[in-house]
Amino acid sequence: MFDIDKWQEILSTIKKNKMRTFLTGFSVAWGIFMLMILLGAGNGLSNGVSENFKRDAINAMWLWSGKTSIPYQGMKEGRQIRLTNNDYDIIKDLPGIEYTSGRYYIGGNTFSYGNEYGEYTAITCHPDLKEVESIEIIKGRFVNEVDLKQTRKSVVLGKDIYDALFKDKEAIGEYVRINNIPFKVVGICMEGGGTRHRNAYIPVSTGQKVFNGSNRLHNFALTVDAKTIEESQVIETRVRERLARKHKFDSTDESALGSYNKLEDVIETMKIFQAIKIFIWIIGIGTLIAGVVGVSNIMLIVVKERTKEIGIRKAIGASPASVVGLILLESILITTIAGYIGLVLGTGLMEGVNFFVEQQYAASAATNGGNGDTLFRNPTVNLNVAMAATMLLVFAGTLAGFIPAKRASRIKPIEALRDE
Amino acid sequence: MISLNNVHKSYATGSNSLHVLKGIDLEIKQGEFVSIMGSSGSGKSTLLNILGILDNYDDGSYYLNGKLVKDMSEKQAAKLRNELVGFVFQSFNLISFKNAMENVALPLYYQGVNRKKRNKIALEYLDKLGLLPWAEHMPNELSGGQKQRVAIARSLISQPKIIFADEPTGALDTSTSYEVMEILKNINNEGITVILVTHEHDIAAMTQKIIRLKDGKIAEIIKNGDLKHFQEQYTKALETA
Ligand SMILES: Nc1ncnc2c1ncn2[C@@H]1O[C@H](COP(=O)(O)OP(=O)(O)OP(=O)(O)O)[C@@H](O)[C@H]1O
Ligand SMILES: [Mg+2]
Repeated sequence: MFDIDKWQEILSTIKKNKMRTFLTGFSVAWGIFMLMILLGAGNGLSNGVSENFKRDAINAMWLWSGKTSIPYQGMKEGRQIRLTNNDYDIIKDLPGIEYTSGRYYIGGNTFSYGNEYGEYTAITCHPDLKEVESIEIIKGRFVNEVDLKQTRKSVVLGKDIYDALFKDKEAIGEYVRINNIPFKVVGICMEGGGTRHRNAYIPVSTGQKVFNGSNRLHNFALTVDAKTIEESQVIETRVRERLARKHKFDSTDESALGSYNKLEDVIETMKIFQAIKIFIWIIGIGTLIAGVVGVSNIMLIVVKERTKEIGIRKAIGASPASVVGLILLESILITTIAGYIGLVLGTGLMEGVNFFVEQQYAASAATNGGNGDTLFRNPTVNLNVAMAATMLLVFAGTLAGFIPAKRASRIKPIEALRDE
Repeated sequence: MISLNNVHKSYATGSNSLHVLKGIDLEIKQGEFVSIMGSSGSGKSTLLNILGILDNYDDGSYYLNGKLVKDMSEKQAAKLRNELVGFVFQSFNLISFKNAMENVALPLYYQGVNRKKRNKIALEYLDKLGLLPWAEHMPNELSGGQKQRVAIARSLISQPKIIFADEPTGALDTSTSYEVMEILKNINNEGITVILVTHEHDIAAMTQKIIRLKDGKIAEIIKNGDLKHFQEQYTKALETA
């Protein structure tokens, strides 16, 4: 099948018909290029958003206490609700709750080690917080039950705190001062999905004891065992009703007990992104169809333009198959190469955008103190999709060329020659 | 070599059809040098195209080299054209994006001769026709006479048995026409049958046999010896017209 002479004939034809080659090639390359940009942008958008969600478990829920805003059983509004360790024990054992962690706020968090010091946040927690906030341990361990029971002064440092205080020195086993009280470093961690790691974690019991919190808790972070919005709402209501009964407030009072159900948000947002994705695909397919029509059109014109040449070739002994082969191989060669060029350019552009976005992201993370905010990340396209699109265009060009080429190859040469 | 028996051909033009060839009987032997004459629209080109298997006919029979040419597939026809015949057209019909040498070499491409070899042979033929210095020129850089010589070289390269030429001198001036006729005469001397269509009787007079078409039929066939007589008759016809 591979016939050098045939390819030489095709290449010489291509070389001498630059305009035709360019037009066919351009419409394919352009179609693929646009498709890559579209799909890349769509992917970038949805990657960006899911990246933001990754920061905590998607089925996370937070509860925090406040003042009542609705009178209840003869008690006036404006009453402060106080959550305690006892509430932690209750919530932990409610059905549908997976992981639970309570937090007691401690203010003014100055961290120091030797001559190095800085302002960071110390978060008091139960061991389960690791799961709720997707915390990754890079060295040592997280806060554990023993820390909690023995109210040990243990601390797990965020990587940024470690970098600032210790540079590259060994930190595990060292003592860091938090508000001038020494804590023993037991681990170094990163926050899942984030680029900034400026939080430190200490056992909640230690926090209460050392910073005069008795048994008070300010909020709870939990994960719920739910797949749908409805399921998670049932669990949320269950928790609210249980705490309302205990603390005697109206279970619908959002001010007495605030709650945020992340799964609800995630699912709603994902729905929007699903819609955007579908929309982008529709535009992408539209672009592809435009490309197919463009290529088909050009092939029709090319064959028409070559009718006389076909007549000449046939008059000197070209068989119909060789005529069809000549036109089709030329079209396949051009569309394949052009498709590849479109692919490379599209990928190149997306990589460039990606580079730019990553820099923006790092910059925003640096100023934001905690985590970078972005709606757009990693805008790249699945290579298989891109290849399939290219193949479709090549195929369309071939098919569009095949029909008129076949017709032209069948007519009597004299008719082709008469064509002006 | 060529044998036509009661060949008919009509063209469908819209709703009605135009009967162009109304029963042609003709024998042409190997090595003959024949011209076809007749008034415009008498069917000369139509006949030549049928002879060269560029077109088909409706009725009758046509034997080329002992083989019946009828309802042939395009593939078979292509093979026959490639092996047996060469064409020279009034409008040259060179491929515009190929240079003189590549145009001449093209028939050999369809015979499966490799590029190097066919270009070498093409140069030999161009040399024969005095065109070697123009081998690399594109058709639009050549004069009419040069183009026609390139076309002739192309028709010869496949070493055909018959050359068909439809008004090969129609687009050329008198002296160039005579040069082209000289070339065709030499080709004929090598034993190749040459059949050409022409309007000019001085051109026709250089051939050995003249077939005159009138109203879709062969009006007369004039042999070499009678040419003087033909010329007189032709002038008379012109005078009365
Ligand atoms: N493809 C076609 N469709 C319809 N009619 C045609 C076609 N080709 C030729 N004719 C008609 O057939 C007749 C013969 O045409 P042909 O070309 O054979 O004439 P000719 O003798 O070669 O004339 P000329 O000397 O002008 O070249 C003309 O009347 C012409 O109009
Ligand atoms: Mg004619």
